[in-house]
Amino acid sequence: MAATVKYDEVETGQQIPPADYPVRRVNLVMYAGASGDFNPIHWNERFAKTVGLPDVIAHGMFTMAQGGRFVTDWAGDPGAIVDYGVRFSSMVVVPDDEQGAVITVSGVIEEKLEDNRVVVALTARSGDSRVLSKARAVVQLA
Amino acid sequence: MALNRDFVGRASAPSAPYEVSRVKIKEFATAIGDNNPIYRDREAAQAAGHPDVVAPPTFPIVFSLAGGTILADPELGLNFAMVVHGEQRFEYQRPIHAGDELVSVSTVTDIRSVGRNELITVKSDVTTVDGEPVCTTYNTIVERGGAG
Repeated sequence: MAATVKYDEVETGQQIPPADYPVRRVNLVMYAGASGDFNPIHWNERFAKTVGLPDVIAHGMFTMAQGGRFVTDWAGDPGAIVDYGVRFSSMVVVPDDEQGAVITVSGVIEEKLEDNRVVVALTARSGDSRVLSKARAVVQLA
Repeated sequence: MALNRDFVGRASAPSAPYEVSRVKIKEFATAIGDNNPIYRDREAAQAAGHPDVVAPPTFPIVFSLAGGTILADPELGLNFAMVVHGEQRFEYQRPIHAGDELVSVSTVTDIRSVGRNELITVKSDVTTVDGEPVCTTYNTIVERGGAG
């Protein structure tokens, strides 16, 4: 609960520098195991194609987790996030090669609330697609 | 197939208690590629004011997917092969940490059609076994082509 960022030192409109999070098939296998979401669209290309997807896609929750990581790394303490919500607007397609895909997350201080809280608006992209929309975290600052 | 609107308002029975362990938090943090010591090292967590290692913000998905007991009811008519995740939100009353024993009650709050898709939203109220509120999750899933 000890965010290292001070409320008085941030301003509305302030940008948080972007970060790149690579995702390969092995990450999706690990995420499936850790989360318990074994939907084959996240690890089985043959199945993904039979249900009309271009290839294996990342779990939406994996992408949301990268956005969460972006905010907690900025705030300094995971316990500082008091609300976090996203809409999954596009798929992160993860090809079966060494490069995989990259999720790029950036943020901006959208609003300063009372009680030292701020709203961080997140943007997450993979390739040409915006993969999260309406992505907002409310963070309790010091 | 269109989802059964009679399910709006339906609530699950309280889940069996889910025991949050250091090992599971570490496994989850590793799976999302996050090396933050607050997820792994009790001393680092305590230095930040927490009683034990803390769970990452999206960790509640591990046990709140138990809303699945409603989603798996054949009367609802959900085709899991066509499901993708639409929206997700977590409201935290306090951080989750190792040692917590958590109970979830899930309620279907909305079913609607958007274009050819069916959307269903499940809210889960997560408390400790003693009834202390910990977080509220909102999970909207999309059945592609379900309304077609």
